[in-house]
Amino acid sequence: MAKKVFEKGKMVPVPSHSIIPERDLYKSPILECSHLGIDFGGLAAVKDFNITVGRTEIAGLIGPNGAGKTTVFNLLTKVYHPTRGTILVDGMDTAGKTPAQVNRMGIARTFQNIRLFNNLSVEDNVKIGLHNQTRYNALSGILRLPNYWKQEKMAHESAMELLSIFDMQDLAGHKAGSLPYGAQRRLEIVRALATNPSLLLLDEPAAGMNPSETVELMENIVKIRDTFHIAIMLIEHDMNLVMGICEGICVLNFGQIIAKGTAEEIQNNPVVIEAYLGKQKEG
Amino acid sequence: MKNYFKNMKTITKVDYATYLGVIAAFVIVTLLQSAGMLTRSMTGMLVPICCYICMAVSLNLTVGILGELSLGHAGFMSVGAFSGVIVSMSLQSSVPNELVRLVLALVMGAILAAVVGFVVGIPVLRLRGDYLAIVTLAFGEIIKGIINCLLVGWDENGLHIALNIDGTKTMDSLHLGENSIQIIKGAQGAAGNHRIATFTAGFVLVMITLIIVLNLVRSRTGRAVMAIRDNRIAAESVGINVTKYKLIAFVTSAALAGASGALFGLNYSSVSADQFDFNTSILVLVYVVLGGLGNIWGSIIATVVLYVLPEALREFSDYRMLAYAVVLILVMLATNNECFKAALSRVIPKRRKGAAANG
Repeated sequence: MAKKVFEKGKMVPVPSHSIIPERDLYKSPILECSHLGIDFGGLAAVKDFNITVGRTEIAGLIGPNGAGKTTVFNLLTKVYHPTRGTILVDGMDTAGKTPAQVNRMGIARTFQNIRLFNNLSVEDNVKIGLHNQTRYNALSGILRLPNYWKQEKMAHESAMELLSIFDMQDLAGHKAGSLPYGAQRRLEIVRALATNPSLLLLDEPAAGMNPSETVELMENIVKIRDTFHIAIMLIEHDMNLVMGICEGICVLNFGQIIAKGTAEEIQNNPVVIEAYLGKQKEG
Repeated sequence: MKNYFKNMKTITKVDYATYLGVIAAFVIVTLLQSAGMLTRSMTGMLVPICCYICMAVSLNLTVGILGELSLGHAGFMSVGAFSGVIVSMSLQSSVPNELVRLVLALVMGAILAAVVGFVVGIPVLRLRGDYLAIVTLAFGEIIKGIINCLLVGWDENGLHIALNIDGTKTMDSLHLGENSIQIIKGAQGAAGNHRIATFTAGFVLVMITLIIVLNLVRSRTGRAVMAIRDNRIAAESVGINVTKYKLIAFVTSAALAGASGALFGLNYSSVSADQFDFNTSILVLVYVVLGGLGNIWGSIIATVVLYVLPEALREFSDYRMLAYAVVLILVMLATNNECFKAALSRVIPKRRKGAAANG
């Protein structure tokens, strides 16, 4: 897997509310959303969502249930088409793109309710992630031309290398649907990584994991960021994980951003506390 | 070499076993045939069996691998059969070699069926599940309807084609010249074909179908198709162009059905559109479902058994469809019912695990 080399891009036009870590400040941001919004019927599920994510940032998106976090992910990956606003991935507009095209532009994601290819082996799941990295057409696949063998060998090696991030090489031959829950979540991350993204969206990666597995996951998320030099944006309810690794956190409530900042700032923000715990009775 | 075999994946082994099984079956049947041990009715069944194996394997690509229920597979077979007959009959004088004509007919059948598959596939593959099944069913009937009023003749000026939609046209309205051949006569179908299909050709077609389908499934393309089957949204999220890969699978399936249709058509002196109706589609679907969805060698075995069975049960005349139905139910129970499977494994204690779980 080729590591991404940093390019000296334009300076990030930092809006005053931006929370990009310092090392990313002089590179163009990987994701810029401005005034993003979507209506379902008359209901505005997401309103005026603005965010800038730096090249190697780990960003967190938190909020109470039903705040619209997954909707934001679905907007970013074009599962839903936004009613308003723009999304720039690496400076390019994603308007009118399909989910597959957005993936090729550099956004990969995992799902809150795991979506693996259950009847296929773990290795095949990762190889499907490598789909756009392996290049041969259906005809050379049918005729098994030399290119087929070369590319398949490469796909096998990359798949094994990616699986080794989570120590899952031994499971390569198992059916994805037969894996335990935690392993399925990890496999989804591996599959997303296989698409060679520059921004990885993780939707509740720690859901259903026990505390020690969560700690391991935190280490792995940081490891992935450091190895592949990509940005990671995650939705999570486990505050230890979010506060532990996220450099910038964005709090969503009723489809609107109510706070942005570092872990410390968020923890002490009265608006956030109110959204989670309710208003303290006066007097 | 021994080591190589050891390191092969189970799936690869199953593939090679399938090829070997088909080759072995062909050799045995050919030997029996040359020894004169096959009855006339059995010899007559050889080519249709090959055709139906191709049909079942290609339908398995749509139903088992792509995961979309298609009820119009006989429509593609029909397109292939009639285009094959047209090619064979109009080239009678210019290409006297039967083998060359057969190959041309099969290729033409495959190409035309692929074109029809592409045209039908673009709108149809936007649908899912029951809706797709209904539309493909309608498509099969439409093909039947069109061919039922198709008039095709050939003379020295080339092909003459007319559509007898209002029922007023006859073969005379084609204005055929000297030395003409009437190829398709509307609802009567095509008659007077040269029966140029052979068992060897059938075997080669089965092998080609197997190589195309199995190699496709084990390639990047096949993985993408299976990914769409298992989870369309996830497939899109990893950058797979869903429409493209659905179309590839559907068109390949249609082309193979067209080739087998051409072989089928050239095995009889007359074919009519009614032979490729809804029942044929369902028949092939039964082969696929009983053989196991996505299981290629299962389709082959199911086809052979279920095709030979009604013929073998001919002695019981009145009861034969009853027995056929009972066998169908038993096979379904044996492959799908847990209680029945458990009972079966008690009777046959050393039933190898995982033998049924591949493909």
